[in-house]
Amino acid sequence: MGNLFNNYEEACAIILFGIGFTTLLLHRNMIKKIIGFSMMDSAIYLFLAAKGYIAGRKAPIVVSVSVTALMLALTVRLYRRYHTLDIDEITMQARREEA
Amino acid sequence: MAKQRNDYENSWFPRLQRWIAQGGTRLSDQMTEELSEASDAHRVLSAEDVARREVEQAVHQLEIQEHEAALYERAHQWGRTKGAKLIRAFYAVLAVLMCVSVIAVLLTTVSNLPSFGGENNPINNEVSQRYIEKGLQETGAVNIVAGMILDYRAFDTLGESHVLFIAACAVMILLRLSDSGDPRQLSRERMEAEANDRLYEPKNDIILQRVAGILVPIIMLFGVYVLFNGHLGPGGGFSGGAVIGAGLILYLNAYGFAATERFFTIKTFRAVSFIALAFYALAKSYSFFCGANHLNSGIGLGTPGDIFSSGLILYLNIAVGMVVACTMYAFYTLFRKGDM
Amino acid sequence: MQLWQNLPFAMILLPLASASLTSILKGKAARRAALTVITLVTLMAAALVIFMQGYGQSYTFMMGHFPAPWGNEIRAGMLEAVTALCFALVMLFSVMGGLRDIEHDILPDRQNLYFVMCELTTAALMAQVFTNDVFTGYVFLEIMTIAACALISARTKGRTLVAATRYMIMNLVGSGLFLLGLTLLYDLTGHLLMSNIQEKIIALSATGKYQQPLTMVIALVTIGLGIKSALFPFHTWVPDAYSSSTPTSSAILSSLISKGYIFLLIKFYYRVFGLREVVNAQVEDVLLVFGAAGAVIGSVLAIRQLDIRRMIAYSSVAQIGYIYMAIGLGTQSGMTAALFQLMAHAICKSLLFIATGGLCAASGEKRGFTSLRGAAYRNPVAGAAFVVGAFSMIGIPFLSGFVVKLAYAEAAVLWGGPRMITVLAVLAISTMLNAIYFGRTVVTLFRLSEEKIAQQQKWHSGPCFAVACAALSLLTFALGLAADPVLAAIRSGLEMFS
Repeated sequence: MGNLFNNYEEACAIILFGIGFTTLLLHRNMIKKIIGFSMMDSAIYLFLAAKGYIAGRKAPIVVSVSVTALMLALTVRLYRRYHTLDIDEITMQARREEA
Repeated sequence: MAKQRNDYENSWFPRLQRWIAQGGTRLSDQMTEELSEASDAHRVLSAEDVARREVEQAVHQLEIQEHEAALYERAHQWGRTKGAKLIRAFYAVLAVLMCVSVIAVLLTTVSNLPSFGGENNPINNEVSQRYIEKGLQETGAVNIVAGMILDYRAFDTLGESHVLFIAACAVMILLRLSDSGDPRQLSRERMEAEANDRLYEPKNDIILQRVAGILVPIIMLFGVYVLFNGHLGPGGGFSGGAVIGAGLILYLNAYGFAATERFFTIKTFRAVSFIALAFYALAKSYSFFCGANHLNSGIGLGTPGDIFSSGLILYLNIAVGMVVACTMYAFYTLFRKGDM
Repeated sequence: MQLWQNLPFAMILLPLASASLTSILKGKAARRAALTVITLVTLMAAALVIFMQGYGQSYTFMMGHFPAPWGNEIRAGMLEAVTALCFALVMLFSVMGGLRDIEHDILPDRQNLYFVMCELTTAALMAQVFTNDVFTGYVFLEIMTIAACALISARTKGRTLVAATRYMIMNLVGSGLFLLGLTLLYDLTGHLLMSNIQEKIIALSATGKYQQPLTMVIALVTIGLGIKSALFPFHTWVPDAYSSSTPTSSAILSSLISKGYIFLLIKFYYRVFGLREVVNAQVEDVLLVFGAAGAVIGSVLAIRQLDIRRMIAYSSVAQIGYIYMAIGLGTQSGMTAALFQLMAHAICKSLLFIATGGLCAASGEKRGFTSLRGAAYRNPVAGAAFVVGAFSMIGIPFLSGFVVKLAYAEAAVLWGGPRMITVLAVLAISTMLNAIYFGRTVVTLFRLSEEKIAQQQKWHSGPCFAVACAALSLLTFALGLAADPVLAAIRSGLEMFS
């Protein structure tokens, strides 16, 4: 097991990252996807904090705020147009609209 | 004797031939196409013949359409009932499997990493050492972090401010109600947005207004303090800007758009972010240019601990703070009513 | 330090600084500003290539008063200069060629923001090309991601919004993996500067410590950037995104943004991990397999499309697969082929998207093959440009695509064994498939009976469009006829690289 118990903070961060990653990829609800992304990013900050990371300390946080805002804006537009948050349903409706 | 297929036209070889001969592949396209060309070529066909063929054609088309509609309906029905269940179950299994495997692989990696807080870990090297030991002397900032993000690694921070700016622009592209076209249309859209907004927001809530009246000035003052003190203690542009942005949002919630629009419209947003970012980019360009060419930039560091010290850091903090505050407020208003 | 050595710095900072200025201008003025800035960047890149040839070695440029492991740093060599020139040229002509469509597709009060996105994309691309710091790479990578999302959704239709969302989801996954990789890398080495990390990695592999995490880092960075650049199994967002946005956006996305990620990956392989580490970790084999699969499957999917822009989008998937296949060879000649393909494809795809924009405009904004019949007679400039691009994709001699295939075959033969057979087989199959679908498209464009040709209504897309088409066609010819100097520059650049 090596350092796994010694590195428990990193281990927690990694577990969070895995959960966020899966949520982002496999949930169909847009809001849940965004939550998954936020979890993934927070996990990385936790990892960095555990490492006493110094250089470029604030960068990921700024990026995360911006990307979350952008994703939410896209979701708002999609909801206004298709009245659902389910990305599969939205894709299907968009295809039908085109045809 | 070989058996003649009665749907020879639909077997793969004639289809390939047709496809090479023509652009499209849709059978119906081809049929109409061929029909019109044929009638062009042989004008001797009687009108009766043509009419008969057209009717046949129409009936055939209708049959195809009905068939397709039925197929679609069946597929859709299946998709809504059994298929949806199957896909959902498959997704759930896949999700769990993937989650577990990703975590397992990464945990193995973690168990092989340098141990937590070890003295001889690779990250405790000359880089962080110099930041800590010489930071004050070289950047003039008492707050090492400010020195690091605005002087040592200022290029990264310049990029980050532009991440915020580009996100604000992108949200504006997506959510801003359009100015163009019919003015009546515009006002209707806007009124709808505001009416929708009011459904969820209490109007002129007296408690909120009283509390905000006391809190907003304090919040603003604190934000400005954090901003101006970034090089002396914890704080800086990002945090101070976020505090000021929060103050603006609270003010908006308490007194409504009529009050904020007196001093903050989209024009203000544009002007402020332009001035702040342009100053930031130009100041840093000058400093990068001097640094790389080994010129003396002529910017003194001052006495560490003074408010006017540590070169450009104070001014850069203010610029970053302005960008952050504007962006936060812009996000909020754009999401709420699609304008500022 | 000579004055010309400031050029890379100016090429990043100029578009970055002018972005905020462009955001306060009105549509027309913003357009002029963006075109001026991109032209200036192109000129500076050309000057840099000329100076680099005389200078003959790479140099680093301190961003600020502090030397490298403490401050930020950028680095320029021959390869960076040539790539920057190629990217800047493609950017310029993509924007120029699509101006009419931008005016038509995007609401007037948002056009200035569109040009802001173009400028910031330019800045981010230049930063990716020149950066010598992994973290700077990450920050500008995010700028590029957000800009790309805005470029797709600038034409606000249902389809583009869906495409942008799917694009963002895939890219967030990619960014997350990439950032995690960087974090682990920092943990293992304690540095963010590329050259220092490489020193540390060499020391680590000498002692044999931390080999498993190192392999993990290489895998994470590769997968992250692979997802972002639409490597084959992760390509699902491509067709929607490329087919429904405005032509300039499609051109920028397929020929610049995905190429920027690939260039960063090659940079990581050479300047961070070292090619030997990467080959030892056997990431190369995986890339070869996925690249080859992408090249074939992308082409097969392209044949089935009825919409010309979706067809070109799938062809992009195939070409990205091609690039990864060459990277997967893991040799110097393979990398040279990959980099040449990167540039040739950037120019060619941009040409195809711009020309298609003109053809579709002449056919009433319809994109199905049945509506495009005889479109080349309606818009002869676009027709001619499309033919040049299509023939280059097929690999007709005297065009860049032919040189690409030659370089691939050479790299494969040098390697020998099963990899040679894989690469040669994929080359043969995909050339055949390319010939089928591009040949068929060209035939469709020119297929019209004699008397109808005269009746076709002529469509003029304006002088900017013609200039862009001509310039991109000329570049395709130039890369085909005078490939040797470019290949030599890439080779010498790769030597300076490591």
